[in-house]
Amino acid sequence: MTTTAEPTDAAATDGPADDARAHDDGDLLVDARGVKVHFPIKRGVVFDKVVGHVYAVDGVDLRIRKGETYGLVGESGCGKSTLGKAILGLEPPTDGSVVIDGTDVASLKGEELRKRRKDFQMVFQDPMSSLDPRQSVESLLVEGMKAHGLASDDKATASRLRELLKAVGLPAAALKKYPHEFSGGQRQRIGIARALAVEPKLIVADEPVSALDVSVQAQVINLLEDLQDEFELTYLVVAHDLAVVRHISDRIGVMYLGGLVEEAGADDLYAQPLHPYTRALLSAVPVPDPTREDEREQILLVGDLPSPSKPPPGCRFHTRCPWRQETRCDDERPQLRVLEIDGVPSSHRVACHWAEDIESGKIQPHHVDPTATEQDLREEQDAPHAVGDVEEAVQYQHGGHGAGS
Amino acid sequence: MTATATTPGSSRHGDEPLLSVRDLRVTFTRQGEDPFTAVDGVSFDVRPGQTVGLVGESGCGKSVTSLAIMGLLPARGNRVEGTATFEGTDLLTLAKDKMRDRRGRDIAMIFQDPLSSLNPVVPIGRQVTEVLERHKSMSRKAATPVARELLDRVGIPDPDRRLTDYPHQLSGGMRQRALIAMALACEPRLLIADEPTTALDVTIQAQILGLLKELVTESGTALVMITHDLGVVAGLCDEVNVLYGGRIVERGRRHELFASPRHPYTTGLLASIPRLDGARGAPLTPIPGSVADNLPWEHACAFAPRCSQPVDRCTEQSPELEHDDGGRALRCFNPVEATS
Ligand SMILES: Nc1ncnc2c1ncn2[C@@H]1O[C@H](COP(=O)(O)OP(=O)(O)O)[C@@H](O)[C@H]1O
Ligand SMILES: Nc1ncnc2c1ncn2[C@@H]1O[C@H](COP(=O)(O)OP(=O)(O)O)[C@@H](O)[C@H]1O
Ligand code: SF4
Ligand SMILES: [Mg+2]
Ligand SMILES: [Mg+2]
Repeated sequence: MTTTAEPTDAAATDGPADDARAHDDGDLLVDARGVKVHFPIKRGVVFDKVVGHVYAVDGVDLRIRKGETYGLVGESGCGKSTLGKAILGLEPPTDGSVVIDGTDVASLKGEELRKRRKDFQMVFQDPMSSLDPRQSVESLLVEGMKAHGLASDDKATASRLRELLKAVGLPAAALKKYPHEFSGGQRQRIGIARALAVEPKLIVADEPVSALDVSVQAQVINLLEDLQDEFELTYLVVAHDLAVVRHISDRIGVMYLGGLVEEAGADDLYAQPLHPYTRALLSAVPVPDPTREDEREQILLVGDLPSPSKPPPGCRFHTRCPWRQETRCDDERPQLRVLEIDGVPSSHRVACHWAEDIESGKIQPHHVDPTATEQDLREEQDAPHAVGDVEEAVQYQHGGHGAGS
Repeated sequence: MTATATTPGSSRHGDEPLLSVRDLRVTFTRQGEDPFTAVDGVSFDVRPGQTVGLVGESGCGKSVTSLAIMGLLPARGNRVEGTATFEGTDLLTLAKDKMRDRRGRDIAMIFQDPLSSLNPVVPIGRQVTEVLERHKSMSRKAATPVARELLDRVGIPDPDRRLTDYPHQLSGGMRQRALIAMALACEPRLLIADEPTTALDVTIQAQILGLLKELVTESGTALVMITHDLGVVAGLCDEVNVLYGGRIVERGRRHELFASPRHPYTTGLLASIPRLDGARGAPLTPIPGSVADNLPWEHACAFAPRCSQPVDRCTEQSPELEHDDGGRALRCFNPVEATS
């Protein structure tokens, strides 16, 4: 597939990779193709003029098999949450299609959509903001069940509620309590119970443990794993913590600026990251072992993630890539492809023109000029008009703090 | 580099502590509420060129410890006891204006959220030159090239242009760099960093941690690193203090502590995090319950209700922090067997 510099035209919706995976279409639960979500940037007082777009998700193919956990990683702003929402139909895609369990999500309307909604549920990072504080746990759980006709018989409902609480490890007394009466970890259990209440097939969990302390994180991770076995759930887990994603996922997709740059089985990806961005990302994670830390070789990236409203042409990573080449990188957007490297399975796909030569060492990393990577927010936001006084600056520096956490 | 003129190596790893915190206790006394002791008898030393870590989960008293040392706690509603001796002066009893002077000159602090520490309506360059004018008695004209150099040193690309930028025009990582540049402007001998990379992406975190490491090794700055991330601690801190419920429960040099953690809370933390090194799929062993289950330290071990191996004494008596000769300290009646 040839590519152009225009972000919106650059993504492939089909390609050779489709053939490689056609055989396992039978047990696919999610089949997303060429998904794009572009948010218009509007300006103007009287008329909203569209002055540009945020290319939040820009051409992603994603397939999730029944019963597996697909992990989506990447740095903040790369489009993970938006892609998760697009798959659930919560954010209508600008382009592309999402088929879940044989049904095109976009074709569902009204009553039909409402009915199918129960099959796909979402669990959020901050359970407090997704749980209505005025509703008791019981009413939070029953609400969804009622909406889907799962709470017609009072006795059956009561026993279902007990089951749910037991499944997520909360005492029965929790039913009469309100969200603020629980700790962060318990609230996340409530969020999970609410998703489970309607017997979904797919759960999209967006940063489900990021807001939790490490000691509690593990409780929720283990819970998600147990529930998957018990209820035959399929998960799409979105997270920025690479160790968490590696732990719970069967397959992992790495996102950079709206696109997937690498996809592989969890073990393959961490054993042999092949995209320059994945290499850098994995090398940057500190591990709790001083001996390894002293030896850890880091690929330090310079500069910031470019703005998703102005993604670089060609390979989106080329402005920061230590392996960028004179040809192709700047003007041809690489697609996910199977590599010609011995021992790398066809399920391990990489969107880099030079992945083979980089892996063999034929291409060596080089210095990257940080100026080229700069994220310029100036054109996106206007400067404040007031110019404050110097004393104030010092106050901000030294005194402007409460005892934050 | 002019802005950090300390001769490299001059005072590194000196034996005398630069900062010595003893029995620091912070009690919040809000009207109509029971007094709440957030920091409960914390003691530690930091030497020039040394990095000391304070690690523990949210609410264990890390930020309150650092804010108390810096004299930045709210003026009312709390009681601070103990001492924090910095070169012979107790910072906790220092007059407000003297402390403010110290903060600019000898001691600096960086926070998780740089935006809250930067003045939104003053350009970045001006905020750095202001520190230089104030604490180095430089003229604005003389300060500008130094500010430019500082921005360059912390890895802000195109610093000439950035001097005139406002904080909101910078990304989170660039803001944290700008804040570090301001902290460096006064060549602090002590830097307190409270979760400086928690809000940043991992590739940006790597850049900032590299910068802090460089500062400690090249300028001999003493660093107090506050974090909840055991990986960050393992790579950066010479000495690690594990806090639980406002008290230090375990202390050790980083290699020793990670090679043989003894407190059940420390081992519990290590067993509950998924790690990138090692095999995948090993089940995680969470610490049961949450801090809401804590017992009061006065007559128990606060961690006992969540502990994997409590004994009777744990709910009857308060364990003391016992020190050995090798810089190791432990507050536990039934510690995990030493493995080395
Ligand atoms: N509703 C929206 N309107 C406009 N821009 C949005 C909206 N939601 C997300 N974005 C932008 O899209 C990009 C991707 O966001 P997101 O999917 O939340 O990333 P991630 O979850 O990977 O951090 C970001 O630049 C974000 O600011
Ligand atoms: N200004 C304050 N008033 C009352 N309680 C406070 C205040 N600041 C912090 N605390 C409490 O003190 C404890 C320790 O807080 P902190 O030091 O911020 O924890 P952390 O280790 O997460 O930085 C927490 O229980 C917190 O709620
Ligand atoms: S295509 Fe070029 S710029 Fe992109 S990752 Fe590969 S080498 Fe780097
Ligand atoms: Mg997100
Ligand atoms: Mg804190």
